Amino acid sequence: MTINSDRSSHEEALLEMIDLAVGYHRHAVVDHVNAIARPGSLIVLMGTNGSGKSTILRTLAGLLEPISGDVSVFDQIPGAEPRRCAYLPQHPASLTTLPLRARDVVSMGRFTRLGLFRRSKSADKSAVQDAIHRMSVHPFQDKPLHALSGGQQQRVHLAQVLAREADVLLLDEPTAGLDAQGRNAVARVIAEERAKGRAVVLATHDLSDAEPADHVVLLAHQVIAQGPPAEVLTDENLRACYGFTDRH
Amino acid sequence: MNEAFWAPFADNEFMRHALFAGVLVSVLCAFVGVFIVLRGLAFVGDALAHGVLPGVAGAMLIGVPGIFGAAVGAGVLMGGVGLVTRRSRLSGDTAIGLFFVGMLSLGVIMTSRSSSFSGDITRILFGEILGTSTTQLLWQLLGVSVVATVVIIFHRPFLLLTIDPDLAQTSGFNASRYNAIMLSAIAAAVLASFQTVGTLLVFGMLIAPSASAALIARRLSSMITIAAVVGAVSTYLGLLISFHADLAAGATVVLVAVVIFLLIFVVAGSERHIPPTHPTHGAHH
Repeated sequence: MTINSDRSSHEEALLEMIDLAVGYHRHAVVDHVNAIARPGSLIVLMGTNGSGKSTILRTLAGLLEPISGDVSVFDQIPGAEPRRCAYLPQHPASLTTLPLRARDVVSMGRFTRLGLFRRSKSADKSAVQDAIHRMSVHPFQDKPLHALSGGQQQRVHLAQVLAREADVLLLDEPTAGLDAQGRNAVARVIAEERAKGRAVVLATHDLSDAEPADHVVLLAHQVIAQGPPAEVLTDENLRACYGFTDRH
Repeated sequence: MNEAFWAPFADNEFMRHALFAGVLVSVLCAFVGVFIVLRGLAFVGDALAHGVLPGVAGAMLIGVPGIFGAAVGAGVLMGGVGLVTRRSRLSGDTAIGLFFVGMLSLGVIMTSRSSSFSGDITRILFGEILGTSTTQLLWQLLGVSVVATVVIIFHRPFLLLTIDPDLAQTSGFNASRYNAIMLSAIAAAVLASFQTVGTLLVFGMLIAPSASAALIARRLSSMITIAAVVGAVSTYLGLLISFHADLAAGATVVLVAVVIFLLIFVVAGSERHIPPTHPTHGAHH
């Protein structure tokens, strides 16, 4: 079993999963997951619907207890350092009763750093503005979230995650509902975050998302293969995962 | 003619007390009512408002102030709902419903057993806004201060919780802790209000002004402000109408609040129910 460990020393690991089993109510959805994320790493969880991608991310976000094995984020249990770890769920909730403006939703990304009492300062405002521009939210930043299209809402949620300026980003199918431009924007943002030394764990269906990864976990109700993309994304493995290959 | 609008309050101390009490209830209910409306917790609010009945009846039987019995009733209800939800696969709604009808039935049985309750049951259910004492006003003022402080301090986790408990949790705010704090604030608002507008009608003041505010507000702070203003206007108009037409005061106040909601809904509400639009031009550039 290959674990991505060639980048730098073990001490720098931002996130580790060792023989991890994840699931609900003590029932494992997927087990034997191995991965280590270091500064700048991209770990891709790839697989079919219901293969356990979201369950792994929810466990890394501290929303689910691991079933067995070891998992740590910043050498602590998941969820212990919310300031340094941002999570984008597969279906982010939108408050439809109160028509919050898109930029207010992005600003909520700063709540983790502000805590209960701190007032928003210029650094917070510039982080929000920066995130709004990076995800091209500015044309509709004053519109209520629920009046936006699904793709626009997804950009807003992604901007909220970026506004957190976290060291680890857990992104569950961030390109869902986005057009080609939106998908390119996500790929660009992931590359920029990695260049800043941040680690990204990405759940996706899309083979092109997995190709720039350091480590891929290919899932289909079990781990089909895990390791560097060149070793994992073989026709044989993809056929075992999806029943066909979409390379051609 | 103008005199008809202010004279009832200028000439009668009980009307001034009622107005003051009603405005305090409006402010109190606005601070927690917005979260009830936004989170869809109407059923919890309803159960809390009615679940205090056996507590109040029990307190009256043993001769202690009703508010203490109400606090016990609210505690039993919330504790019971929490226990059943955690220890079984039943949904929160089912657990709330069970304790709601259980507590309400117990309250009715307790009050029906004793002939001394014949007038009290109406008072518990509908309150006696026209008989508000200075002590009750002070209790309400304390309630407003505590609940407003709690909501202002915890507005960030409360807003995140309103959107999604997981978002609150991953943002570093313990979702179950802040949920418990929010429910306690709702219970505190019910406790501080029920003596004035009654257990049945406090529910109306929790829901109607906040629902009106939800139709026009764009931010949480403006929603609380609008809910408080709608509640206060309902109180004034309700008391005025009840004074001139000799109607039940508490019920008139709540009915006015619901009518205001319907008016706002007709004038401004319909535009808010347009389904999400398709991508606007320029959005992806």
